[in-house]
Amino acid sequence: MSIDSPSQQTSVDGYDADSTGHWGRFGGRFVPEALVAALDELTAAFEQARTDPDFIATLAHLQRTYTGRPSPVTDAARLAEHAGGARILLKREDLNHTGSHKINNVLGQALLTQRMGKTRVIAETGAGQHGVATATACALLGLECTVYMGAEDTRRQALNVARMELLGAEVVAVETGSQTLKDAINDAMRDWVTTVDRTHYILGTVTGPHPFPTMVRDFQRVIGDEARQQVLDLTGALPDAVVACVGGGSNAMGIFTAFLGDVGVRLYGFEAGGDGVETGRHAARMAGGSPGVLHGTRTYVMQDEMGQTVASHSISAGLDYPGVGPQHAWLHETGRATYAPVTDAEAMAAFELVCRTEGIIPAIESAHAVAGALQVGRDLGPDAVVLVNLSGRGDKDVATAASWFGISAGEGGA
Amino acid sequence: MSSLPELFERTRAEGRAALIGYLPAGFPTVDGAIDAMVAMVEGGVDAIEVGLPYSDPLLDGPTIQAAVDRALQTGATTSDVLDTVRAVAQTGVPTLVMSYWNPIERFGVDRFAHALAEAGGSGVITADITPEEAGDWLTASEREGLARVFLVAPSSTNDRIALTTAAASGFVYAAAVMGVTGARDQVAPAARELVERTRAQTSLPICVGLGVSSGGQAAEIAQFADGVIVGSAFVRALLDAESTEAGIEGVRALAAELRVGVGAPGGT
Ligand SMILES: Cc1ncc(COP(=O)(O)O)c(C=O)c1O
Repeated sequence: MSIDSPSQQTSVDGYDADSTGHWGRFGGRFVPEALVAALDELTAAFEQARTDPDFIATLAHLQRTYTGRPSPVTDAARLAEHAGGARILLKREDLNHTGSHKINNVLGQALLTQRMGKTRVIAETGAGQHGVATATACALLGLECTVYMGAEDTRRQALNVARMELLGAEVVAVETGSQTLKDAINDAMRDWVTTVDRTHYILGTVTGPHPFPTMVRDFQRVIGDEARQQVLDLTGALPDAVVACVGGGSNAMGIFTAFLGDVGVRLYGFEAGGDGVETGRHAARMAGGSPGVLHGTRTYVMQDEMGQTVASHSISAGLDYPGVGPQHAWLHETGRATYAPVTDAEAMAAFELVCRTEGIIPAIESAHAVAGALQVGRDLGPDAVVLVNLSGRGDKDVATAASWFGISAGEGGA
Repeated sequence: MSSLPELFERTRAEGRAALIGYLPAGFPTVDGAIDAMVAMVEGGVDAIEVGLPYSDPLLDGPTIQAAVDRALQTGATTSDVLDTVRAVAQTGVPTLVMSYWNPIERFGVDRFAHALAEAGGSGVITADITPEEAGDWLTASEREGLARVFLVAPSSTNDRIALTTAAASGFVYAAAVMGVTGARDQVAPAARELVERTRAQTSLPICVGLGVSSGGQAAEIAQFADGVIVGSAFVRALLDAESTEAGIEGVRALAAELRVGVGAPGGT
């Protein structure tokens, strides 16, 4: 991986989208007219809910008593030996109920679903983490739940399919296109446009048409709000760098948001470099994509000359997506955050290191962030404090990791 | 070549609705698609929508997805779409492009508008943008004299219908149902209600699409709309046929049946 030293930090006038969901030329709402009414309804419901003391209290109660928030920050001293001695602090979203940060967004949107008087929820999922979190929230709140998952991913992540079904969700294997996350989103949109009067679409990341990028970020920003205070309490100062992996970008926006105004804090997002950006088999949208429109928003997209979406590749199903949240596109363009690819091999080396030095089996997505953080630590030097979002745990990835490292993992496999 | 306003003037004078047919470019091949579109015109279709194949057609059901996937697999390009427009426009009927936004943005909005006008195209039906995001397209279409066909849907509020029709030209596309493209057995009551609400906001012709597949349905819609749009049923005729030739005959026969449905009088 290579990290450009962050360009002189540009001051950004306000980090929020405008009232129609645009960050500069990115974001917006590129959808069939049929969905506009539902997006307007959702925008209004969210605007109301975010300042309603009842809603805030209900969500906070669930976060505390159900998710297990606040998630701790772990001082990863043995891991830090591999980061040139920089101090590495892990924000432990892996300890949340259901095993990742995805639950933060899902609980917020599931409560909104109830508020809007809708009884059915649909969701897309790649690795299955967002699908499991959605199935969980629907079981808890008594909502009907259908999850769209690429047929290819249902095979790669069979364990999570079983979890969703145990939780009472219907899992639809999507056989169209590349049979992965992007096609699952297409099918979820097709369902939504047909059933929108009683169905809410719980999109799992900070992309899609307005208000999703803003709303999902706001439900995830609890990660950074907690972590900023935790780091201050622990070290007496802000961290020098904040690091996250970027699939659609929700865990990254979740931890970045609290620090956007702290111009001295460097922000790094690590994308899936797959086999290497030069091979074309990757999911590095900033390094290997270009501005375009996908799934309702204008952002960096992996596309060909004609504007056809190009298939992405990553060992990590959760980062294997050809688009990225529009606010990331904006942070990239303004230079406020720095994005770089991490290859499959680099991520798996970091995965092994976290297992062996900290006794934590991370999600392979999160291992991309750790790989990036080790490099950032080495670049910034031994006095640096690097905060890393450990977005999820690796139980779902045991079969993939076992086959990568040549360990026998019993039945199942990647 | 007749323009869209001339077409609707004529169909109004004849006391019938216009029949608009869709097929994606490049399916089963670029030339096969052109032949099928010409057969549609010969069968009685009044205007053609040439679909621009796109990898993520989220407003399309399985039938059109299957055709578009095959068009992309055989390598259909945006230039092929423009060539198809050029060939079909030579039959004399108004020829539009139906597209998702990204391929047009990637080609360059101004460049696409210019090339389409130069090929004899009449306008673009945009599946996934609303006037709010269409700033560049509003300017480019104005400059090139192209129709901007936006959709209205049963879920559209009257305010949105006003906003959309104010930005539109050529005609307004009224989506008959909440859902994706694909043949359905019946005309939903929502279609008539939507046309009435749209009528109250605009004097543009209103054409109804999504789900129309038979002469009977076309006849029903022709009673309250200015045009009937048929897509998946034509695609199905090509998909199900044993050969391209048989498919083209199927398309021609379906066009004739639908033309009787919309009210037969008048030639093309
Ligand atoms: C543990 C984990 N981290 C990260 C991601 C990537 O998503 P995002 O970029 O929205 O955080 C996923 C997605 O499945 C995930 O499961």
